[in-house]
Amino acid sequence: MNRFAALLDRLMFEPRRNAKLRLLMDYFSHTPDPDRGYALAAMTGALMFKEAKPGLIRGLVEERTDPELFRMSYHYVGDLAETVALIWPAPGHDAAARIANSADRPSPPQEGTGQAPAIGHNNPPPHVPTLTEVIEALATTSKSDLPARVAGWMDALDETGRWALIKLITRELRVGVSARLAKTAVAQMGQIEPDEVELVWHGLEAPYEELFAWVEGRGPKPESGNPAPFRPSMLSHPLEDEDFGKLDASEFLAEWKWDGIRLQAASGHGSDGRPVRRIYSRTGEDVSRAFPDLVEALAFEGAIDGELLIVREGRVQSFNVLQQRLNRKAVTPKLIAEFPAHLRVYDILFEGEEDLRALPFAERRRRLEALVTRLDDPRIDLSPMVPFSSWEDLAAARADPAAVGAGPDADAIEGCMVKRANSPYLPGRPKGYWYKWKRDPYLVDAVMMYGQRGHGKRSSFYSDYTFGVWRGGPGEEELVPVGKAYHGFTDEELVKLDRYVRNHTVKRFGPVREVEYGRDRGLVLEVAFEGLQRSTRHKSGVAMRFPRINRIRWDKPAAEADRIETLEKILERGEQEVHPLKDQEA
Amino acid sequence: MALRSTDILTQTPQGLYCPLGDFHIDPVRPVKRALITHGHSDHARAGHQSVMATRQTLLIMGVRYGEDFAGSTQEAALGESIRVGDVTVRFTPAGHVLGSAQIAIEAGGTRVVVSGDYKRAEDPTCLPYEVVPCDVFITEATFGLPVFRHPDTRAEVRKLLNSVALFPERAHIVGAYALGKAQRVMALLREEGYDQPIYLHGAMERLTEFYKAEGIPLGDTPKVVASERSKLAGAIVVCPPSSIQDLWSRRFPDPVTCFASGWMRVRARARQKGVELPLVISDHSDWDDLCRTIRETGAGEVWVTHGQEDALVHWCTTHGIRARPLHMLGYGDEGEAEEAQAATEQAGGAA
Repeated sequence: MNRFAALLDRLMFEPRRNAKLRLLMDYFSHTPDPDRGYALAAMTGALMFKEAKPGLIRGLVEERTDPELFRMSYHYVGDLAETVALIWPAPGHDAAARIANSADRPSPPQEGTGQAPAIGHNNPPPHVPTLTEVIEALATTSKSDLPARVAGWMDALDETGRWALIKLITRELRVGVSARLAKTAVAQMGQIEPDEVELVWHGLEAPYEELFAWVEGRGPKPESGNPAPFRPSMLSHPLEDEDFGKLDASEFLAEWKWDGIRLQAASGHGSDGRPVRRIYSRTGEDVSRAFPDLVEALAFEGAIDGELLIVREGRVQSFNVLQQRLNRKAVTPKLIAEFPAHLRVYDILFEGEEDLRALPFAERRRRLEALVTRLDDPRIDLSPMVPFSSWEDLAAARADPAAVGAGPDADAIEGCMVKRANSPYLPGRPKGYWYKWKRDPYLVDAVMMYGQRGHGKRSSFYSDYTFGVWRGGPGEEELVPVGKAYHGFTDEELVKLDRYVRNHTVKRFGPVREVEYGRDRGLVLEVAFEGLQRSTRHKSGVAMRFPRINRIRWDKPAAEADRIETLEKILERGEQEVHPLKDQEA
Repeated sequence: MALRSTDILTQTPQGLYCPLGDFHIDPVRPVKRALITHGHSDHARAGHQSVMATRQTLLIMGVRYGEDFAGSTQEAALGESIRVGDVTVRFTPAGHVLGSAQIAIEAGGTRVVVSGDYKRAEDPTCLPYEVVPCDVFITEATFGLPVFRHPDTRAEVRKLLNSVALFPERAHIVGAYALGKAQRVMALLREEGYDQPIYLHGAMERLTEFYKAEGIPLGDTPKVVASERSKLAGAIVVCPPSSIQDLWSRRFPDPVTCFASGWMRVRARARQKGVELPLVISDHSDWDDLCRTIRETGAGEVWVTHGQEDALVHWCTTHGIRARPLHMLGYGDEGEAEEAQAATEQAGGAA
């Protein structure tokens, strides 16, 4: 357990993806079964404990601490799990039991052996539980026995161990490791593709001994026991200006780029003949439970690829509306009725047992059209093709989708997808097949107000910039912050921006520096963004979607930066969808 | 009849003051006569007319401020009773940093102990804390909350060594206060068998040389040559906390940001500082040791100078010990004052 705790502790502070992978691989390679498998289960969210709840922890700590000291401590630390882990009065903390400056200090108890060296004369050695013991006991111990069991572990573990235990119980690891990353680490142990692990994953269960045996070359590839598995999605590249000269428009087909959530719907039947229907996110996460209304509609066998949208009375709703369904934890009949899920499909990967991914896109499209026609379900429809014969045609369509057949759905369109007619369906982001041609971003000239230190590789740079625009009448102009951006610039520009922040600091607040700004001083940043939303959380009343630094206007006087009215106008045009959580690459 | 404790020690804007002996302890402004517990810059300031401290503390002040840091100096030998005015003072090891001492003041049968900063945990670079029984115990409370429980320092150092082994292509930049913490980390690394050179930021050099001259074995500790930074893959580099995220640290190969401090116990605090490998190593007592020390001194009254005073006062009160917070200003939390000072100097230089 302490080893798992040390891993979580380290992961939590490590911002770099590759370093996280190294830490995970190191752990998996040096930890025996079944502990490592349970760790994998914990990190992929595969564990569920019925009786162990956060309230249990709170009750235990309240019995053991001075309420006033607990209050002060919680106030200081700010996180309940951590406060409890640190304040927990384990037996070893008894002042008399602590021996400092002494050569015969007790060595730490040994994990899992139960044979720890004695630390006192009369006290039995604390038994440090293994992760396996903890997980198995959490799953099987009755509600009445659980408090004593958990208290016993809390006594035996160190601070980090207790912290990890509480995170396990509350099922909120939050150490910056996605299920995908954990699986990738396992895959890398065997130098196989993460997608291979993904394919067999659903047939496996904790503690995944079969999986580890396979990646370590000690056992066969596990059967994919999942009749409706996820297949890795095919992703696109942004279309750049210089691409048009190189690409022949006649070799491509185009569709609208819908502003929804990319999903894969898979359907098959289990060994008992019953249908198995699943919906996956772009990264292979099973999200079926969030969309029971859509799962119901999957009356086919195979796998299709499309966009989740909310459609009311035949009209696609904005992303803002979709977000209201996504943010709910409980999926109630009322929610489903109010926000009916819709799948607008654009590709097919499997039909029955037949793998269609090697076929040309145009051919797959015909198979998909036939399938959708057969399905005849209003919840699933085709993403229409956008006819064009030259890039100029398509540019015109992209500029005004409503005029080219999108009608009132145009608001939910964020550009075009351009796909090579002969393209196979390939996992990942292969070059040369699929392109996204997003609508042009909005641009605004804003003034830098604050710089904040970045994370990881950028922790020595002021790389996150808050910027503002002018408001107020003549003589009363003031800058009001409208957003924060931390990308869009090159590494060379970052060095310059960092130097600018350092040399123009007027105030510091921890990791944040306020820089000089005013009518006659300050740095103008041209900020690009995808949309605007009214926000009560921001002083300016607006929130930007995907803001980034488009250009640094070293030349432009601050007084000539844009005013808040510019943003108000964009808002009035009905551009209101903002979803900071949405995956940009969808 | 025994004197009242306030006859022996009282609080003035300059710091703690002994009227009967006419001297201040660790004054924050220049005074006529100062008794200094240890060499950290928030306790040992330059400009007093006369200074009494242990030999090592006097030398540290000389290293930091130059030989003429005070009008005159007097060495206090550890364990020796010295008459000052109408009181007797005695310096006893405090276990905080090299040369650190508690100061016991005795008059008319009453003994007051000013502990300065102290710790009970093992430290190969200084003498261990000795309990001095007393009537009034003046303690700090930097880590005076029951969430501060410092772990075994060796395990923390092993955490660092494991990381160096796992990421041999990266440099590990360890922020540590220039006096005490830096040398303790180095000594612990040596005890754990690390025999590679430990690279030093220029600001660490003189005090580290001083520790070596005092017989603390720290091995090979070359100074980082600016132009060679990019070649230090796999190396451990020790620097002041203010440098771990500064321009200076940028040239090292993919640096892992480490920070050795008791504050690293609280994750939010470590994250706020952008630390990737927090090392919970403190030169102050943790909660359990503060409570234990108060008990062991047998003091009936406790004054808490600075830090998380309220919680410790609450604990004393619930354990039948009279206690009051002094809310003293000017003393940093584990060197944060020093860090702030360094940062200000740096900002001035950069502008």
